[in-house]
This record gives sequence, structure tokens and C-alpha cells, in this order.
Amino acid sequence: MDPTIILAAGVSSGTVLLFAAVGEILAERAGVLNLGVEGMMLIGAVAAFGTAVATGNPWLGLVVGTLAGGLLALLHAVITISFQAEQVVSGLALTFLGTGLARVAGEDLSKAGAIALLPTATIPGLSAIPVLGPILFTGQSILVYVGFAVVPVTWWWIARTRPGLHLRAIGESPTAADTLGVAVYRLRYAYVVVGGLFAGLAGATITLAISPGWFGDLTTSGQGWIAVALVIFAQWSPIRAALGAYAFAAIRRMLLDIQGPEQLFGVRNPFYYDHTLTFFLEMLPYLLIIAVLVAVSGEAMRKRIGAPAALGVPYVRGERGQ
Amino acid sequence: MIAAPDAPLPTPDAAAVPAVELRGIVKRFPGVVANDGVDFDLRVGEIHALLGENGAGKSTLMNVLDGLYRPDAGEIRVLGRAVEFRSPRDAIAAGLGMVHQHFALVPTQTVTENVLLGLARPRLRLDLRHFDEEVADLARRHGLAVDPRARVWQLSVGEQQRVEILKMLYRGARILILDEPTAVLAPQEAADLFRTLRAMVAGGSSVVFISHKLGEVGQIADRVTVMRRGRVTAAGVATRTTTPAGLARLMVGREVVEAIERSPFAPGPVVLRLRDVAAESDRGLPALRGVSLEVRAGEILGVAGVAGNGQSELAQVMTGLRRCTAGSIVVDGGEVGNRAPREAIGRRVAHVPEDRTGVGTAPDLSVADNLIMKSYREPPVARRWSIDRGAVRRFANRLREAYAIAAPSVETEARLLSGGNLQRLILAREIASEPRLMVAVQPTRGLDVGAIATVHRLLLDQRAAGAATLLISEDLDEILALADRVAVIYEGRIVGLFDAAAADVATIGLLMTGGSATPAAAPGDAGRSVP
Amino acid sequence: MTAGVPAGSPARAGRSLPWTVRLERRLEVPRWLPFATTLGAVAVALLLSGLVLWVAGGDPIAIFGHILRSSFGSLGVLSDTLVKATPLILTGLACALAFRMRLWNIGAEGQFLMGAWGASAIVLFPVVPDGTPAIVTIPLMMAAGMAAGALYGAIPGVLRAVRGVNEIIVTLMLNYVAALWIAFWVFGPWSEGGFQLSRAFPPEAWLPRLSDAADVVPALSGLTVHLGLAFGLVAAVLVHFLLFRSRRGYEIRLIGDSPRAARYAGVNVARTTVIVFAMSGALAGLAGMSEVAGVVHRLQQAISPGYGFTAIIVAYIAKLHPYGVVVAAIAFGALILAGREIQPSGIPAMIQGIILFSLIASEALLRYRIRVVRRVA
Repeated sequence: MDPTIILAAGVSSGTVLLFAAVGEILAERAGVLNLGVEGMMLIGAVAAFGTAVATGNPWLGLVVGTLAGGLLALLHAVITISFQAEQVVSGLALTFLGTGLARVAGEDLSKAGAIALLPTATIPGLSAIPVLGPILFTGQSILVYVGFAVVPVTWWWIARTRPGLHLRAIGESPTAADTLGVAVYRLRYAYVVVGGLFAGLAGATITLAISPGWFGDLTTSGQGWIAVALVIFAQWSPIRAALGAYAFAAIRRMLLDIQGPEQLFGVRNPFYYDHTLTFFLEMLPYLLIIAVLVAVSGEAMRKRIGAPAALGVPYVRGERGQ
Repeated sequence: MIAAPDAPLPTPDAAAVPAVELRGIVKRFPGVVANDGVDFDLRVGEIHALLGENGAGKSTLMNVLDGLYRPDAGEIRVLGRAVEFRSPRDAIAAGLGMVHQHFALVPTQTVTENVLLGLARPRLRLDLRHFDEEVADLARRHGLAVDPRARVWQLSVGEQQRVEILKMLYRGARILILDEPTAVLAPQEAADLFRTLRAMVAGGSSVVFISHKLGEVGQIADRVTVMRRGRVTAAGVATRTTTPAGLARLMVGREVVEAIERSPFAPGPVVLRLRDVAAESDRGLPALRGVSLEVRAGEILGVAGVAGNGQSELAQVMTGLRRCTAGSIVVDGGEVGNRAPREAIGRRVAHVPEDRTGVGTAPDLSVADNLIMKSYREPPVARRWSIDRGAVRRFANRLREAYAIAAPSVETEARLLSGGNLQRLILAREIASEPRLMVAVQPTRGLDVGAIATVHRLLLDQRAAGAATLLISEDLDEILALADRVAVIYEGRIVGLFDAAAADVATIGLLMTGGSATPAAAPGDAGRSVP
Repeated sequence: MTAGVPAGSPARAGRSLPWTVRLERRLEVPRWLPFATTLGAVAVALLLSGLVLWVAGGDPIAIFGHILRSSFGSLGVLSDTLVKATPLILTGLACALAFRMRLWNIGAEGQFLMGAWGASAIVLFPVVPDGTPAIVTIPLMMAAGMAAGALYGAIPGVLRAVRGVNEIIVTLMLNYVAALWIAFWVFGPWSEGGFQLSRAFPPEAWLPRLSDAADVVPALSGLTVHLGLAFGLVAAVLVHFLLFRSRRGYEIRLIGDSPRAARYAGVNVARTTVIVFAMSGALAGLAGMSEVAGVVHRLQQAISPGYGFTAIIVAYIAKLHPYGVVVAAIAFGALILAGREIQPSGIPAMIQGIILFSLIASEALLRYRIRVVRRVA
């Protein structure tokens, strides 16, 4: 129950959620809802791990895992952008397909032994900062630092650049953007695929860095869905998503650690003595997500802020006005 | 590709080369020939009106010119050069910009962001402050007052139109196409627009002005081309040589526009009484600020106003679709404000909503299912909690015949109906409920002349049958033709109430814009169509 | 613009080709087309799946042949297929009903588990003592299962109706919670001798099977089909009646097509949302009851191989039509039955994903007519 360890672990495993959520934010900002994050993550995870096992090179695994997520997202893009299908259903189909494919591909991987992982690093100087140094900059995976960089870059991209202006426009009002020559279809394709790349990266982050190995569906254990929920909580802002991801992962780690000691805050720890009670602890993260959504939805309703206006709506050229 | 604002503009050699030349344009849609061999030319430095009824093919022609639609046949020349636009972007690159009836703006973004949207510049980093100044400067030069930092959803419709024009000017457009620009403007705002356009053509720009209002065409345009049913019936006639009656004949193919016959005004008891009603808009801003009105049986009260002054909210609070924050709404002695929509339906309040496809009908359900929307709770359609399919079919077929709804069968999906037929469907359903109060919002917008006449006749029939009618319309002519009394709404308040017979268009126009503009009579007249 | 606005997507084909492919919006959809495209989509999906299997080194023809033989090959396996189809019919109806209103209830799995729990509670708490006649026990279990499912389904319904909370996320999260809830009971209070399952239900809590009548009709011996199948068939008829013959069903279809039009017509959208979610949950809960009382005869953790998720595809294949759900559920029951023996274990899930993809892609065919036209000179 050491707060530094819990927070450091939160930053470490929260990086998975962060990548997945940032990718989903980019896709949704472009107006395409992709509920297939879980499937894309699983594919990314299995492709990365399989490659690393086969070649012994985790970097190659990282590349392959990321690309695999993007490839699966491309399917979603074709179905929802070109065929204008219901995005919810296509996303669910992507989850089924990704899960199934990952299981097939991972058939023999659960027996694979230890592999070389991506390196960890301690940043000289920064790690000496009191409180924050040990949490953020000490012994973290290299991907955690990538996560630190991804957040401000995506924020800047969305808010302060010309392509970002176009991204926001195609998610809010694709007709307006199209009229002015913004390539709505092409950009939506691009951002959906980029979202998939991020989901693949998230999956690869699990198997190559955070909790190595292949455990079938349990490898991601629903984190793809939590990432989708985080996007709503974050109100489509990468910065809020990052904070949410770290906080959520830290809380989950804390709930795990609660089960360890015999005494908790000087009293008898019921979770130590009755193991069945821990099922209720395990429920808490999911209930927390629901509670947060309820709170955020209320806030969003009051302040009238919300999803990109065209989220989930296929863009059909030439259907303007009545 | 895109001409930067300071880039050299293509200089026309002489007035001899037309700015735009369209030859034999054909554009077909499934089941319709929208343009059937249309010729059109626009001279440099002129305002050329394209006149025609709704559905005559004017907008289609200009969408072809703008690169939004690809023509099935025909040739387009801009400043003498043959062009083939693949998208509006190509058109803009050739110096041609179109302002659509439905604005293509991103509501959550600022004016400057909207202006910059789609440009290839800047490469990456977007320094908004720098561009705010550029946009402000451009706006000043053309007399288009608008704050570059404002978000578009905060702007009035007139201001949004200016943003659209700014967008085109910023891209260096010298040829401007305006699709029914005055449809959403008050007379005084229209006068401002006309001044801007005049100044622009004086500077060498050229303007195509799409309209179906005869009066304003004579006022603003140098020449006029008239279209009917996809063909040109008069090409490039100088407006000086035309008369409204002559144009009307070319436009509708009939000598005289029929005057509407109305029975004498015989008001009954008060049906609707609004007291100090206040309500908020979707954005949470005050939309109605203490509206008080009364409508009697057998009376049509017209509510005139520029778009976005609380008209939509007014209709919604009366039908239970929006909460009021204050005041009371009483229909036949019973409160309907802040009650479920069923309360209003139970009190026989009929509603012809503004949004026919989003609110007034369920597009993927059948015509029959759409016709029972207000009567599915009662016999004969309902038998307790079940629905009698046979009774539905009989009910729907009866209405389909009585109101001449053109649909292959009552099982046809509503989305396949044309705008006029959809409106007939809605009116049939609403009138079938034998309303005490009829709330009609923009009931003829976007309809062709035949359908408009039908709608007007049906509304007057209801008046004769003793219903109270609240007619909310942005079309002042329509209100003056139908209403017994006229209320003017501005920023959520009723700012004037007149007997229609004694109403003065100039005064109403002044009130519609908050009474701040000088009373210019001319644009008010422009709003009137032919006798 | 007047009606007949085109949905052309111009200039997407190559620039130099003398022709271009155009998607044109269909004005009328022929009646046979939806069925034809569904069948076509399933066929394409099976071809694609076969291709994937072949690439993965398997023998697709042998695998598909195996699936057919081991699910429809004899009366015995057909009966087993119907047993697998039973929970799919009920959960499929649950999804179809909610999806008709465009309520994305992805939580049939959780509602199924809660239904199983509620039904089990009747005999495991116990609410009624062992030896209580079946005529009392079974209806009580049905009621408890449906009530538990309905209450659990009502949670996302209420949150959606009152606070506008995204029901997809809530139902998904509740699936995890329900699984943990079951785990708690079978590991803890109801654990039999420390194993992760409850004691077996008394025979009065078993749904009657066809084989029960084998004394009278010997041909029925070994047939595992139980009364739950009848629940499913009756439920399909009731849901059909509800959707197409009742006022409530009209309101559901109206909201599903246009919530704003529904409000305009005086429908209480919020209340209907809660009711439909509760009905959907009740159907899924009944599926859970039928599974514990008809097949497993005890409560344990692994009572569902993802029925609640497969139900989504079942509902979609059926085009959200109740009778279609029955047919699709039987097909997927076969896939699940045969899938248990297929290695790798991911193949059935993969085939389900491919089928769902083909289906939604085929819907483009319904909305658009694809035409190759010559370019304008």
C-alpha cells in the first residue's frame, strides 16, 4: 500500500489505456465511432507478442503489433465510411473478429517462454525530482515516455494546427468541410486507421512491456472498452484522457494491493481473511466507470457540451439540406 | 490551387468575355431531369438574377457551376476558358464561390476558423490571432460587420451569411453565386446585403443572385434569366425592360397568380392564451422573454420575424416539446405549458412542425404508420392496447385520397415522398385530429407553387371550420396573405401587433430587425411579391 | 432542393477510365432483396471464413462438413443444437427488441447471468424448500429469473433515460459486474464443498425434457430438448405481436426511427426506454433461468459461452425480426455446438465476426444501386 508504487504502477499500466483512448479520440473527432478497440488491441497484442517470440526482437514486435491494429481499423473504415454502415454494429463485429483472429493466431503462444522485452529507463535528473521523480521517471518502460510525448502532441495537433482544424471540422460538420474542399472521406479513413494504430500499439504495450505474455482474451481483459468509456469521460480531450487513464489504472492497482496485508489502517483486513469478498473489490473499477459516466453525462447535459456533432453519422455526399 | 487573398486576380480583358458561360447543361437525378439543356451567361461586373419557382432547377444549375454536381452533358466556360470542376474546391480555385441556402458552417468553430477551413495555408501551425486580423480587415473593406473571434453558433443568421461571403472573398472569389440569400433576412438586412453586392460589382466582381421573389429581382439585378421545370424561359433579359407580371408568367407559366380567397373574419372565443411565456434555446440562452398572445377560434394569427428570434421555441413550448421557464400557456381553459406533449395533443392542438423530415415524420416508417402518429391511441385505430391493422389501412387510404398524397401505396416509406407530398401527409394527419388550435411553422418552405397553394387552402379551410391558427413564418408575404392579425417577434419578444388589413410592411420590417435601422421602405416592398 | 436529391458519389473512380462506378440511392427496395442479400452475405462470410481456415492450414470443407454433421446429422445432435439455440432465441429476442428502438443493449450476457442467479436463488437460498412441487418451483424460478434480468436491464435504461448515459458502456461494464457477482456466490455462500459451483438443483427445479417422456414414447429417449425451447418460441410470437400489433410496439418502432418524431407524437421516450430495457433484460433473464433449470441444473461460473454476445449477431442476421431470430438462433446454436470441438477455439468467434461484417456490408446493397456508367465526354 505504498502510494508511490501504486501511482508509478498507475502511470505504467495506464499507458495502455492512454494509447487506446487517444487513438479513439482521433477517430471520434473525425466523426467515426469505433467500438472495436478491444478487438484491435487483442490483435495488436498477439501480433506483437508472436513476432517477438518468433524473431526475438521486441522492436519488430512493436511495429507489427501496431500495424495489425491499423489493418483491422481499415476494415472498419471501409465498412463505415465507404459502405456507410451502422458504426456501432461494425465496431462490435470488429471486436468479434479481432477476438476470434487473436485466439486463432495465439493458439500456441500461451506456452511461449520468456521473451526479450522493450527496455526500461530512468531519466537522469528528472528522476531526482521529489515525489514526481520516482512516480514518473524511474524505471518506467520506454513506452511510458512515449505516452508522455503523445498526449501534448495530439492536443497540439487537434487544437493548434491546420490539419487539426480540418479534423475538428469533419467531425462537427462534414458537409461544410467538404464544400470547402476538405477531403472528408480520405481524412476519415486516415484518422480511423491512426486510431487503429494506436489501439494496436496499446495491445503491443501490454504484451511487450507492461504485463508480458499471451493469455487469450484475458490479455486485454476489457481494457478496450474502458478506453471507449474514457473517451466520453475525457470529453474528447487527450489531456483529460491521459489523466483518466493514469488515475483509473492507479485505482485498479490500489484495489489489488488492498488484498495483501493482514492489517489495513490498523484494523483487521476483511479482504485478507475472506477471499470471496475480493470479487466485490474487482467490481469496483467497472462500477467506477459507470459512476464517472453518470457524473460526466450530467455535466455534459448541463453545459451542453458533447460529442462531435457528426459522430456516428455516415457522411453521404450530395445530401444537403432537405 | 487556391488563390491567396493577396495573389494577383485574373483580369478580364474586356466586358466582351463573359465571366461565366453555361451551354446545354443537362443534369438528371433518378426520376427527374433537373436541368434540361440550360444556357446561361454572366457578364463581368453585373448582378444577374436567376429566377424561378422552387424546383425549377436554379439551385441545381448553380451547383453544377460550383462543381458540387457533375453535369450529364453540357459545357462550362469561366472567363472564356472551358473548365471541368470536380468539386467546389476547383470552382473556388477558378475564382468562383457559392453561398448556399443552408450555410456550410461549423457551428462550434470561430468565424476565422470557418474562413480558413479547407485552405492549404498555413502548412501546420495555426496562429489564429494573426488570421483574426486578416479576416477583420477583409470584413471591414467590404462592409461585412462580423467579429472574427465569435463562434458561429452565437451569430445571427444574417451574420452567418456574411461569414459565408467572407469565406469566398478570402479565397479570392470574383464571381459570387448566392442561393436565395434574402430568404432568411429581414428587409433591412437585405438592404445591407444589396449595398455590399452593389459595391462588389462596382469593384469588378460578378454576382449570380438566385431568387423566387419578383420584387427584389427588379430591385437588385441588372439582368434576369427565368427558369421553369428545368428549362430557360427567358435568357438574360435586362430588368429595366421587364414587368413583374411578365416575369411571373415566364416563371409559373400562367398569366395571373391566383389571389387567395378568404371567408370574412368571424372570430369566436379565445382558444389559446399565452401569458409572459419564457423559455431557453437548446444552447441554454434565453429564447423567449415574456411572450403574451391570444388567438381566437376562426382566426389566423401570423407571427412574423427573422429566423432565430424564438419562433421555433414558441411553437415547441405550445406543443409540450420544450420546457418554459416562466408563464402559462392555456388552450381551451387548460394549461399545456410544461406538460407532456400528450397533454397538448389531448387538447387537440395540431402542430405542423418546421422540420418535416426530422420531427413531422418518421422517414423509414410507412405512410400509414406516419398517418396514425396522432391517432394510434384511440379507436378505430387502437383496440385497447393493440392496433387494428385493417383500421389503420382504411384510415390511411381515406386520408391519402382526400389529401391527394402521391404515394404508390400507404405501405410506401415516408422518406420516398417529395416535400410537397410529405407536407400533405402532415397536414392530413393534423387536420384529421379536428384541431382546436393549429400551430403551423414555416408550412410552405421549400415547396413548389402547387403545393404552396394546397397548404394555404387547407389552412384557410381550418380557419373557416373554426380552428384557431398560429402561423409562424419567415415569409412575410405568406403571413400578410393568410393572417387576420400579425404579431412581430424579435429576440423572443412580441414587439408589435397589427390587423393584417392595416399592416404596413415598412413598419413590420423595421420591427423585425429590432427597430434600430432607419425605416427604408424600398426593401420592404422588395419583400412583396406580385399582386 | 426538392425531393429526389441524389446520393451520387462522383469522381471516386480512377481519373483516366472511360467509365465510373456510381452509387445511386434506391427509391424502392424490392421485397425479395433483403432476404437475398442476407443469404448472400452469409454465403460470402462462409467462403471468407473458409479462406481464412485454408490459409491457416485447415481443411475448410472438412470443418464445415463437421459442423453440419455434428449439429444436424441425427435426431440426437439436432436436439442438442436446439438446446444450444434455446438461450440464443431468448437473448436474440432481447437484443432485437432493444435494437428496434436503437437502444444498444450489449448487456444481454449480464442480464442472462442475473436471470440465472435469480432463478437459482429460489432453490439455493432457498426461497422454497426442496421437495416443493415443480408446478410451484418452476414458475417461481421463471418469475425470479425474469425479474432479476429486468431489474438489471432497467439500470442502463434508467441511466440513459434520466441522465443520457451511453448505454453501450454501461451494459458492457455491468456484464463484468454480473460475472463477478456469480463468481462470488459460487465461490462463497453457495459453493458446494469448496468447489466453484453450487449443489445440484432438486429434480423439481428441472425443466422437463423430451427424454422424460421416453417411458411412453421410446423414440424420445436421449433427447435433451427441454421446455425452455417452448419459452423461446412463445416469446418470439409475443415479441412479434408486441412490435407489430400493439400500441407499445408502434411507439418502439417510432422511437427507433426518429426519437424527435416520437416525442412530437406524444410518446414518453424516457419511460419507453426504461420499459424496453426491462423487457429486454427479462427475456435475457429467462434465457438464464432456462439454462440453469433446463441444462446445467446448478449454478456455476461457466454457464454461458457468450450467448449474450452471439445474440447481437443473431438479432442482426434476423434483421431484428422475431421469427428470423428463431431461425438464426438455430444456425448459431449449431455453430456453438460444433465449435466446442473445433480447434483453435477462436474459429467460431472469428466466423461470427466475419458474418456480421458481411451482413452490414451487404446492407449497402439494399440502400444503393451500384451502376457502372460511361463518363461524360
